[in-house]
Amino acid sequence: MTSERSLLIPSPPITTTLDRILWIPSFADLSKPARYSPITVSAMDQPNPAEPVTVTKSSSFRSLSIQSKNSSKHSVGEGNSTSIDGYGRSGSKSVRYGSRGGAESDGFSSSQKEINDEEARFIYINDPQKTNDKFKFAGNSVRTSKYTVLTFLPRNLFEQFHRVAYIYFLVIAILNQLPQLAVFGRGASIMPLAFVLLVTAVKDAYEDWRRHRSDKIENNRLASVLVNGQFQQKRWKDIQVGEILKVSLNETLPCDMVLLSTSDPTGVAYVQTLNLDGESNLKTRYAKQETLSKMPENEDIHGLIKCERPNRNIYGFQANMEIDGKRVSLGPSNIVLRGCEIKNTTWMIGVAVYTGSESKVMLNSSGAPSKRSRLEIHMNREILFLSAFLVSMCTIVSICAGVWLHRHRDELDYIPYFRKLKFYANGTEKSHNWSGLGWQIFFTFLMSVIVFQIMIPISLYISMELVRLGQAYFMIRDRRMYDETSDSRFQCRALNINEDLGQIKYVFSDKTGTLTENKMEFQCASIGGIDYSGGRAAFPEEKGYEVQVDGQVLRPKMTVKADPELQQLLKSGRTTEEGKYAYDFFLALAACNTIVPLLVETSDPSVKLVDYQGESPDEQALVYAAATYGFMLIERTSGHIIIDIQGEKQRFNVLGMHEFDSDRKRMSVIVGCPDKTMKVFVKGADSSMFNVIDKSLNLDVIGATEKHLRAYSSLGLRTLVVAMRELSSPEFDRWQSAYEKANTALIHRAKLLRTVACDVEKNLHVVGSSGIEDKLQEGVPEAIESLRQAGIKVWVLTGDKQETAISIGYSCKLLTSDMNQIIINSKSMQSCRKSIEDGKALSKKLMATPADTHTGGGVEPVGVPLALIIDGTSLVYVLDTELEQELFELATECTVVLCCRVAPMQKAGIVALIKKRTEDMTLAIGDGANDVSMIQKADVGIGISGQEGRQAVMSSDFAMGQFRFLVPLLLVHGHWNYQRMGYMILYNFYRNAIFVLVLFWYVLYTAFTLTTAINEWSSVLYSIIYSSLPTIVVGILDKDLSRKTLMRYPQLYGPGQREECYNQRLFWLTMADTLWQSAAIFYVPFLAYRHSTVDGSAIGDLWTISVVIIVNLHLALDIIRWSWITHAVMWGTIVATCICVIIIDAIPSLPGYWAIFHIAGTGKFWFCLLGIVVVALLPRFVLKVFSQFLSPSDTQIAREAEKFGNTTEFIRSEVEMNPPL
Amino acid sequence: MEYCDRQVRIARRKCCHQPPNLGKRKRRAAFVVWEEGDDLDLQEAIWTCKNGQIQRRHPSIRSGGEIETKIEKREKEGKKRKIPKKKDLVEMTSKGAMSSGGGDDASAARRNSKKPQYSRFTQQELPACKPILTPGWVITIFIFVGIIFIPIGLASLFASERVVEIVDQYDKDCVPNKYSEDMVGFIQSSETNKTCSRTLTVPKLMKSPVYVYYQLDNFYQNHRRYVKSRSDKQLRSSAYEKDTSTCSPEATTADGSPIVPCGLIAWSLFNDTYGFSVNDKALEVSKKNIAWKSDQDYKFGSDVFPKNFQNGSLIGGAKLNSSIPLSEQEDLIVWMRTAALPTFRKLYGRIEEDLEANEKITVEIQNNYNTYAFGGNKRLVLSTTSWIGGKNDFLGVAYLLVGGLCLFLAISFILMYVIKPRPLGDPSFLSWNRNPAGHFN
Repeated sequence: MTSERSLLIPSPPITTTLDRILWIPSFADLSKPARYSPITVSAMDQPNPAEPVTVTKSSSFRSLSIQSKNSSKHSVGEGNSTSIDGYGRSGSKSVRYGSRGGAESDGFSSSQKEINDEEARFIYINDPQKTNDKFKFAGNSVRTSKYTVLTFLPRNLFEQFHRVAYIYFLVIAILNQLPQLAVFGRGASIMPLAFVLLVTAVKDAYEDWRRHRSDKIENNRLASVLVNGQFQQKRWKDIQVGEILKVSLNETLPCDMVLLSTSDPTGVAYVQTLNLDGESNLKTRYAKQETLSKMPENEDIHGLIKCERPNRNIYGFQANMEIDGKRVSLGPSNIVLRGCEIKNTTWMIGVAVYTGSESKVMLNSSGAPSKRSRLEIHMNREILFLSAFLVSMCTIVSICAGVWLHRHRDELDYIPYFRKLKFYANGTEKSHNWSGLGWQIFFTFLMSVIVFQIMIPISLYISMELVRLGQAYFMIRDRRMYDETSDSRFQCRALNINEDLGQIKYVFSDKTGTLTENKMEFQCASIGGIDYSGGRAAFPEEKGYEVQVDGQVLRPKMTVKADPELQQLLKSGRTTEEGKYAYDFFLALAACNTIVPLLVETSDPSVKLVDYQGESPDEQALVYAAATYGFMLIERTSGHIIIDIQGEKQRFNVLGMHEFDSDRKRMSVIVGCPDKTMKVFVKGADSSMFNVIDKSLNLDVIGATEKHLRAYSSLGLRTLVVAMRELSSPEFDRWQSAYEKANTALIHRAKLLRTVACDVEKNLHVVGSSGIEDKLQEGVPEAIESLRQAGIKVWVLTGDKQETAISIGYSCKLLTSDMNQIIINSKSMQSCRKSIEDGKALSKKLMATPADTHTGGGVEPVGVPLALIIDGTSLVYVLDTELEQELFELATECTVVLCCRVAPMQKAGIVALIKKRTEDMTLAIGDGANDVSMIQKADVGIGISGQEGRQAVMSSDFAMGQFRFLVPLLLVHGHWNYQRMGYMILYNFYRNAIFVLVLFWYVLYTAFTLTTAINEWSSVLYSIIYSSLPTIVVGILDKDLSRKTLMRYPQLYGPGQREECYNQRLFWLTMADTLWQSAAIFYVPFLAYRHSTVDGSAIGDLWTISVVIIVNLHLALDIIRWSWITHAVMWGTIVATCICVIIIDAIPSLPGYWAIFHIAGTGKFWFCLLGIVVVALLPRFVLKVFSQFLSPSDTQIAREAEKFGNTTEFIRSEVEMNPPL
Repeated sequence: MEYCDRQVRIARRKCCHQPPNLGKRKRRAAFVVWEEGDDLDLQEAIWTCKNGQIQRRHPSIRSGGEIETKIEKREKEGKKRKIPKKKDLVEMTSKGAMSSGGGDDASAARRNSKKPQYSRFTQQELPACKPILTPGWVITIFIFVGIIFIPIGLASLFASERVVEIVDQYDKDCVPNKYSEDMVGFIQSSETNKTCSRTLTVPKLMKSPVYVYYQLDNFYQNHRRYVKSRSDKQLRSSAYEKDTSTCSPEATTADGSPIVPCGLIAWSLFNDTYGFSVNDKALEVSKKNIAWKSDQDYKFGSDVFPKNFQNGSLIGGAKLNSSIPLSEQEDLIVWMRTAALPTFRKLYGRIEEDLEANEKITVEIQNNYNTYAFGGNKRLVLSTTSWIGGKNDFLGVAYLLVGGLCLFLAISFILMYVIKPRPLGDPSFLSWNRNPAGHFN
């Protein structure tokens, strides 16, 4: 029975007669964590750490709240779900992922506490002056932009200098300003940093300008506000807290407001919260009875709303309202939030309570989470090596300089550079900047740091950002990751972990909504012990069921395949026992839910479609099923429902409703039938239902139902058990008084209500059970198969029960028949330990049998594959105990791991289990709020923008429409991104190091005085013009293999997992190559021009041009795909370099004037250049050629096959290489 | 499939209204039948009609790409854009129809859809050439380099060999024996006779022009302090005479008036002079046009005259005639082009006569320049020139070596290819195929 998710919905208050303060658990969607972790629950009452709760001064209040919005870094967790909040805070051992807290948490009830006056905000209805008198609340204008014209410069700079590398370059630029150390011209030394800062600043400014523009549009929208007893149009930004607003159909709400009245006489308003949480179905909101009839145009409304401080919980609100001397409680169902749209309601009137930056939607708009990619972490390690190089080079230079000065100490007195005293006959003049040997050495050291500074590649950071931007652009634009059904593109929310997608080893997937569509379809039912599954086979009728009401034809929007036998039975009425059961069953389905029927016009005026709006797809499916079988829910108001039963309209009074909660795992409704009987209908998960069923009655029905339940769940169907009983009138009275008391209780209401519910939900008799198919998403089995071939382990973590999970596992090819299943399903620590040990023994035995099971390079270990199936209860005993390690060892042996019945916290716990113990990259994919913890825990979190709202998407790094897009995302884009980024980093190290080394070699021949032959402008332009663009373009555009090949051979994903594109070996190889190339560049001209008349600038130009050519040809040698863009950039850069060199040498005030023309006019220059190119690149080329030929990588072979495409051979071998698993 | 059917229907409708001849361009467009199982969506296909027949067209046809198509270049993206309306219309409507929705609102639906537009760029399918280092290519490259390099090496070696060079180190020999302990004292003293006579023998015929160089060793003209100690502004124009801030320690005289040309470089101008004679007949040494024309014209002003130069207590080197503008002071201009390396030559002048083999040349040297203080050497060099410059075997040898190495590599690669061939793109070499344990059925 798996419908807990579906039933977890705030439902409308049914009894309008009772002053019922509706309290919905603040995170209806998250009540699963609430159940397991007490900390989670209490977290919602604690002030959010990111929020300025303790601030009382209004001015600082405002500024702080804005800050909290902007400080996205630490507000990420809190912003998305409070369960994460608790999770994040619990970081240490204090909370166990699997821990099951005290079943009865007071968290629920404590939220009922009175709002403390000091923590409340007072809103005088229709009196904005008074409201804003004491505290000035934030206006309704929003500012999502970060900067203003004034603050842009300081703030942007401040933010940019969070990067340590920038500070390094700043320090160097400052050092260079000291006259003692001025190596470069002052301007030239600041250029690179200034350039980088400028580029980033321009980017930020552009983004901010766009935000400014959208803010402006938003702030200037119009809303009608009550001014002097009349509704007038007012700009959004002028709306104040306390004002009364009127919002009409299809309008967007300008601020958070408490509903006062609506066009509906019962005070119902329907809102669409698409902008808020992405859920497209309508939600109902209620105006309070007391304010319902008030017409603000005609009469003055006065009242005081006392509500909590602005917070980011969009599912929670508590306040009370004093109106006409009465005190009324307000809950989340009485508030409508900014960004929602009014639907199916002509107008609604409300009072603004939170405006602008304090509205919940604004408080929730947090930036993308920031993670760092694995590659970048590794890169930082190599940067440390480079720093060590830098320091050692500087040390060498300064020591040599010291030695040189020491050895020439006598001559120093004569040679002109220092003019030490002895130089002068009379000894009157002072020495020229000679500050003693020690200082000279020290200065030399600092100067060499300045000269060699670009050893730490500043441009790398900006290149990486640009490359990631480009990669993200392509991922977003990929048509194969566009979801037609939800019209959603791929989304990149985090820009800095693109390349992690190429290294994933574990995929943790949610099931519902991720593997499956979360579109429920009623498939079969067991009613009264008889299985009606005929509908599964029968074809649906063309027109479906329809009824005539008031001359109009009503037809459900969707029909299900109906079992003709059952239809016949229902038509024949309640004459037989089976008929009675069926009647009750479908009545229960139609009545026991929270679905709101909406009539939708069609092109044919006489036909209307009934669209069932509800928040649970299971319930929708059940109601549609009931409609198909002739029990059509036509109308729901707070007090009654109207059901058309086989063409006959009947009215049922809804006397009470006990909503679903995760402890009871069932919901019940008490209805007064037209025949004056009172019935309790209960539906819920089998595990909870069989406890409350009267076992003495109808034993064979119970038995048969149980049997059918098992059969259904083995088919992968989600099952619900329906039960009912009649209430006698004393019983009803007893219940009603208890219900009323509980409902009006001020403290522990939830607990009391639960007790009342448990009292009435007992001694039920089983009516039947339903089987709902949770359809697999398109392409899921194929996707899983591909991922598996790619050497990625797919673990499924689901809240479903074991049988369902296993059957879904089979249907999506996660499990195959030849797998050995290890099922751990224990109730205690001991048995758990034993099961794990048994499992390990089994796996050892199986692994040992095929003697030569060698894992073929990241590919699935062959042998008998194992599947581990473990449930949440067992996990409680495993996670955070010493068994964790054992489980880890077992789980990693298994090909498939399936965890069922897991709580959200446990999902995160399982991710942590892997993350803590291996270096392997993990990816979590899910769609619901219950996956948020897992998504944030994993290295890469992917949200499915599906049906379950935006919680998962908001906390994810990437979001997409379908599970199957994971395949192109990882195998294609991930592969490319990783390969590109890995290469780019290595190349950037090389590119800067070679330049520095060329400088270094020259310094050895200048008496270690750090003269550079390459003139300073070329040094500056080197990272900016001479070599930056090609690497960026290659980083964005180059593809080592085509999409087709990568999709066809998922094994090609392996290089990323094995870190083949970026590792220490490659780093050192590159560095050795750099050393050789730089030596070639330096020494060929050095030797060729030895003892000649060549001047420094001319040979410097030769060095400059040859460095640039070598650096670009080196890249060209590694480019795999040459498109016109690559060509243009590559050759364009070399041409641009030559032009720059020429321009620099055409400035007469520089010492090197015209040098390039003189040197380029000689044949020697060109022969040097040609010689350098060949000599420098020869070792690399030879190594490449030989290694490609002798030990080709998979990528290499695939590339060759792609080019020479002997497809027949390929296909033949493909059969061989993909053994059916 | 239903999808495609609709597209076909639409295309068919179009075809009926379309005259069969759609124009040259259209006809030239290559249509390929696209393979089933291609990884492109069915929706990606573009349905058009051609010559009255419906054609299914792979979207990549528009500009080549993953699927190798042989379309004429003219058909590629850029030019296609400009094709007149009629054709665009066909394409637009057919594309619109295929994307989504039904019937008339198809194009509207398409516009609202977030579906990324197809373009070869965004789908990363730009036509690209994918060079692969096949053995054939590799061998060709090696042989090619070898074939290019060896002749060049030989040519430059010959050229270098042909250069005749006379090098004479005279710094020590030109110091009288009694000063051999105190060479610095000798050179600094104003009383000593610095004239020194040397005899050089011409080994081979030296065709004119014979270049006269002086070569200094161990002289760090590239020392940071030295290089910086100049003012290019001052050299260019008399207006910037006072611009001596970069010239320390030779910026101004004691009383503060600027030195022109300022700076250490100018100050340390080489001042040895050479007089040549063969058989007592003086050899004319042309000192004209020894500096770069560009320097004379633009870098050294014709209105800048030496001022306060070498007036201090310290004499660094040559004095300049203060009545000649800097642009005419070619020795200075040559000297101011600071050498790249601590051993360097500077052009002194040209002898515009052939020097016969075994001729004895007498050189009268004024040994003024103080290289003794820092242990430097002075050499006089007479050299002819060739297209490769002066005498330097390095390039020739290097080219020969590299060329030889490449040939050797070509041979070894051929051998390797013969001994251990590997068919390109053979999937049996893939890592997951190499291991026999990988197969289990």
